[in-house]
Amino acid sequence: MRVTKRRSPLSDSNVAVQTSVHEDVHRPELLHHFADPQQQRNSASLGMWIFLATEVMFFGGLFCAYLIYRNWYYADFAAASKSINAALGGTNTAVLICSSLTVVLAIWAAETSRRALMLAMLALTMFFGLGFLGIKGVEYHDKFVEHHVPGPSFSFEHEQIPGHPGQYANPQHAEIFFALYFIMTGLHALHMIVGLGIFTWLFVMAWKGRFTPEYHTPLEIGGLYWHFVDIIWIYLFPLLYLIDRHP
Amino acid sequence: MATTTIAPAERENYLNKEYGLGSWLLTTDHKRIALLYLISITFFFFIGGFFALLIRLELLTPAGDLVQADTYNKLFTQHGQVMVFFFLIPSIPAVLGNFLVPMMIGAKDLAFPRINLLSWYLYIAGGALMMHAMLTGGVDTGWTFYTPFSTAFSNTKVIEAGLAIFIAGFSSILTGLNFVVTIHRMRAPGMTWSRLPLFIWAHYATSIIQILGTPVIAITLVLVVAERALHLGIFDPKLGGDPLLFQHLFWFYSHPAVYIMILPSMGVVSEIIACFARKRIFGYTFVAISSLSIAVFGFLVWAHHMFVAGISVYAALVFSLLSYSVAVPSAIKVFNWTATLYKGSIHYDAPMLYAFGFLGLFTIGGLTGLFLACLGVDMHVHDTYFVIAHFHYIMVGGALMGYLGGMHFWWPKISGKLYPEGWARLAALIVFIGFNLTFFPQFILGYLGMPRRYYQYPPEFQVLNVLSTAGATVLGIGYLLPMIYFLWSMRYGKPAPDNPWNAAGLEWQTQSPPTTFNFEKEPVVTWEAYNYDEIDAGHKEEVPVVG
Amino acid sequence: MSVHATSSPLKTYFAVWVTLLIGTFLTYEVAKIDLGVFNSAVALTIACIKALLVALFFMHLRHASEKLLKVVVISTLFFLFILLSLSMADYATRGTGASTVSFLIAHIKAILPA
Repeated sequence: MRVTKRRSPLSDSNVAVQTSVHEDVHRPELLHHFADPQQQRNSASLGMWIFLATEVMFFGGLFCAYLIYRNWYYADFAAASKSINAALGGTNTAVLICSSLTVVLAIWAAETSRRALMLAMLALTMFFGLGFLGIKGVEYHDKFVEHHVPGPSFSFEHEQIPGHPGQYANPQHAEIFFALYFIMTGLHALHMIVGLGIFTWLFVMAWKGRFTPEYHTPLEIGGLYWHFVDIIWIYLFPLLYLIDRHP
Repeated sequence: MATTTIAPAERENYLNKEYGLGSWLLTTDHKRIALLYLISITFFFFIGGFFALLIRLELLTPAGDLVQADTYNKLFTQHGQVMVFFFLIPSIPAVLGNFLVPMMIGAKDLAFPRINLLSWYLYIAGGALMMHAMLTGGVDTGWTFYTPFSTAFSNTKVIEAGLAIFIAGFSSILTGLNFVVTIHRMRAPGMTWSRLPLFIWAHYATSIIQILGTPVIAITLVLVVAERALHLGIFDPKLGGDPLLFQHLFWFYSHPAVYIMILPSMGVVSEIIACFARKRIFGYTFVAISSLSIAVFGFLVWAHHMFVAGISVYAALVFSLLSYSVAVPSAIKVFNWTATLYKGSIHYDAPMLYAFGFLGLFTIGGLTGLFLACLGVDMHVHDTYFVIAHFHYIMVGGALMGYLGGMHFWWPKISGKLYPEGWARLAALIVFIGFNLTFFPQFILGYLGMPRRYYQYPPEFQVLNVLSTAGATVLGIGYLLPMIYFLWSMRYGKPAPDNPWNAAGLEWQTQSPPTTFNFEKEPVVTWEAYNYDEIDAGHKEEVPVVG
Repeated sequence: MSVHATSSPLKTYFAVWVTLLIGTFLTYEVAKIDLGVFNSAVALTIACIKALLVALFFMHLRHASEKLLKVVVISTLFFLFILLSLSMADYATRGTGASTVSFLIAHIKAILPA
């Protein structure tokens, strides 16, 4: 008995539907405990969205800490924020936006059997990701050289508070900014690195021809993860880099 | 729903399908993973219990004469950390939930079996790191890791313990994720939401908390580790930080965490009461919705742990009000369980004894929570033994009783053997008596002013402390008994029928023990949950007394 | 997830991409103008719009086959909002009055007999 239609999971229908427990031997990707590919795909998608929900809460704690201290020490945070490179931050934002585009194009290519385009878009996504990390590396290096890395060699003396000539930022409070800056962007970069790992694996799978218009679930859920990393950066950029950029 | 006769020869099941360490350590069968968890959490229960024993021994006398003060700090810290993170939070979801959720909804496995195995390995990794931390110096910050002591002053293995809990937290998150996707996507045809066992609703609600709350404590521990390692000032007032920020972030998870610990137990109690009163749970919809309400409301009350820590009085008022409201869904459940018993056909098998114990003890614990929600009273009893008694009534008198009741109820299904009923009832009674003897005196002690986390106390408190320690000994015996007779039953117990309790629920339609894929054919559900009237109408005989 | 309502998803993707880049540029430039307290509001509003575009169109939330995924997103944002707002409820009202303990002590003293 072939698989017949499954009622929508949230329905409260009393009608019993017969389904098959036979595995589809022509679909090696169909795992044994799923009744049909649609169920498997929907489960993978829901699973990834829920995982992203956990990631939102994970970063959320950092945003909470950041918002509280930004409120408490606004002037010092503004001074510290001014010392990080907004042009590089903005460029990185654009880089990630482009990488999100290449991800959806890669999925579209898989849906329309365009193998070369799919591989090209996956490679381009990784290129953008590496670019992001490279620019981040430059930023971190700058901060290291300027002694803005929290720790024993931290120094933030005589930094003017933006808009208040003659007033200087409290180095302790500025150190809190930089601690949060490094932890937040560092955690984000870590997620990027994991994303690059995932996309490397996706590229290899794509190269081997594992993706078809009917089955490209790993691409879809890898893409969801990548877009999420992009969204986190969309918030990090204005919050960290643009506290007070008035000339 | 006939009870089949005892199978003569051993049928193939998930236990005997494959032998060998590899078949267990690389399994993706949710039932085997449940047993892996059972062994691991029992191990940690012994570790946590060992620390409790030392605490109670020290508190036999008013002077601090058994251990040094620093050692005592490590004892209560590690008792709390091990019991909370490595026993209570996984316990029912990882053992009973893993085993039963797929079967109760008519599925072959969880949605993500390999992630399920990964969950267990993460738990083991976290547990191993925690054992290492405890063996190479311990932690003395209290299970609550309050800053700046944990970040700037403690000389113990805070970083290791923090990382251990961080890792174990991901085990919890992945289990919750697995359950939510499974319950949404893998229900058998006809298994609509309103036909789900309340055990499933309880685990769904628990999983929501695990998913949304655990990441917050994960990031908090990351911040603590970073602050400690790099001497940052995020939580250190001397460096401009706010210690209360830590407490806000910590309790944002740790309060909902207590609902992670109690909700699954409530699910177990629903199943047991329905079966042993031979009645559909009264107010099924209310109980289901109240599970979700507890999950949601539980996230709104965390700062009631911080009333005297320095939060603003306005925030305290808000959280006090919210804390009163979170008691309402729990009370609704207790009323519904009680109403279920009314005019039910009650059987006093061991699982039911545990459920009765749960009802009384959880109610006491919950009511004392209302005392604590009152700002004026909290100021008096915060950080005293009143608080300790309150949460032990819920976590031990509630959650642990539910766990034990559930283990007894489903033991025939899990092991294919019957436990000795006489011993089980005795053990339940011993646990109940021992528990009350241990913890009721602590309410009085706390009200009289004995602080928590102190290894010495004024001599006038000694009588109550001695009673408490005596109770703890009795309680320990009560816990040892099931471990002994469960193990005994695996070898010498009578083979169990497929449905020894004549219970409702898809899990009882499987073999005892079940085959690897649970069902020969995908079930099609056309009946309501807890259809005991239908079940009992077809059978005139009593529920067989097993053991 | 494989059904796209628009006849040409490519057009949508490129339109969203351009909008996102414009939004980034706007954020950067507006930050240089002094709007007082509204600087953060503007920046965060643009960020929210960008995030919404990514979620709805790039993550295909708009055409999700069932409401469940949207429920997941909205619930998550709700709980994040709870974390931020209830914490701020404490921080925003500190220093404006007594701490809980001193408040209670003062009131208890007031009603106790001398």
